[in-house]
Formats: sequence, structure tokens, C-alpha cells
Amino acid sequence: MKFTIQVNEGPYQHQASDSAYHFTKAALEKGHKIYRVFFYHDGVNNGTRLTTPPQDDRNIVNRWSELGKEYDLDMVLCVAAAQRRGIVDDGEAQRNGKDATNIAPGFRISGLGQLIEGGVQSDRLIVFGD
Amino acid sequence: MPEESKKFMYINRKAPYGTIYAWESLEVVLIGAAFEQDVSLAFMDDGVYQLTKGQDTTGIGMKNFSPTYSALGDYEVTKIYVDKESLEERGLSLDDLQHLVWEDEDEDWAEKDSIRLVSRTEMADILAGQDILFNF
Repeated sequence: MKFTIQVNEGPYQHQASDSAYHFTKAALEKGHKIYRVFFYHDGVNNGTRLTTPPQDDRNIVNRWSELGKEYDLDMVLCVAAAQRRGIVDDGEAQRNGKDATNIAPGFRISGLGQLIEGGVQSDRLIVFGD
Repeated sequence: MPEESKKFMYINRKAPYGTIYAWESLEVVLIGAAFEQDVSLAFMDDGVYQLTKGQDTTGIGMKNFSPTYSALGDYEVTKIYVDKESLEERGLSLDDLQHLVWEDEDEDWAEKDSIRLVSRTEMADILAGQDILFNF
């Protein structure tokens, strides 16, 4: 089956991001396809490479990056949500005059249309949120 | 509407300003309208407060986005289901909500009501008939 995953909450504060990760990983290991993982609301905070969780805790951002690399996932941060919350890639830094970037490897910033298109193209759209 | 169109429903459950969910939900609806899918909205629980008229946010210093709901008709979003019990539980009635309308091209642009009050049982059936449910 082909899934699009929507993640609506940031890392650590809510379990939603953990659940989305575990679901995505399990689905891939079972041979299902993940068309896209779309991060919305505070979910865009899953895509900053600047987090430093305690060493004895899971590293949620790195975990997504590694899963993305292993399975060549399309992991998209909503541009409007990312701009509000200060998640920046090279293009956004240039467009909005920011002096730094913080996007983590494997993520890209794009529009909400990517979420809708994910719903259109997939067999199921699964929302992980509060 | 294209043959491959799906039934998209946006479910709104939270009050408008306490969190950003309501506003960012509306942003998805407006962008999604360009995709020519069969779109409807549902408002239940505290989400019914999103549609109340006379909202004034000057005291909290936040943008009052409630006028945007009246533009939904122009985006061909014409089905807005409101959970009747959620309204009643909060001492609200249809009169407390904005009068949202759309213009029916097939009937000489006759103005029609967008809001449909439904019972929880009816709402359950409506949800069951969708392809995609976005929960906000």
C-alpha cells in the first residue's frame, strides 16, 4: 500500500512524531511504499539539525534523516509553517535575508500543495497529531 | 471535477486562537481548493467557536482571521458541516455563527447556505463517506 504521512507536532513535546516515525519505519519494513512524509504545524521542528537531545535519549531529528536516507524518503516541511517557526534552508535564507540555515539532511521545504497531492496520490493519508 | 477526485474533509476541533491549528487548517483548505477535489469542512467540539460572528482579537494582539471563512464560497468550498450537539453544549445556536454562503452557478448564481447543522449520528455517516480526513 502507498501511504502519505502527515506529522503535526514537534519532537519531544508530543509523542506524535515518535509514532509517525515508528509507523513509517514499520510500513517500509513490511514492504509498503511511503509516497511522502509531510511536516506541518510544529511538526516542522522535526527538521532542524540544531537539536541536541541528551545522549541517553533518542535523537528524533537524526532518526528521521537516517530513515530518509535509507529509503530515499521525500520528507517535506511546509514552507509557511517553517517560515513562522524559523526553519531555514539555503533558498529560504536567501529569499528572506536570514544569516543562517538549520534544515536537517534529507528534508526539503515546499508548499502545502505537496500535502494535498500526497493525499491524491496515496492509498491512505495518515495524520499524526495531538 | 476530475474523475480521479477524492473526497477531502477537514475536521476542525479546536477554538480559534488558543492554538494555531484553526488558522493553519484554513491555510490548507485555501491551498487545497486549487486541486479540484471534493472538499468539505466539519466543525465540532470547541471547533464550532471558529465560525462565531463578531470575533474581536484586539485584546490578544492576534490577527482576526475569521473574515476568511466568508471567502470559502468563492473557493468552491460549499459544504460546511457543524455538529449540532457541540453548538448546544456551548450554549450556541446557528444565529451565533457567521452566515456563510456560496453562489450556485447551475441556478443562475443563486445564493445558498454553506453551513449544514448535523447530528452526531449524521456526522459519523458523513465522516465514513470520505476518502481523506484531515484532523486539526
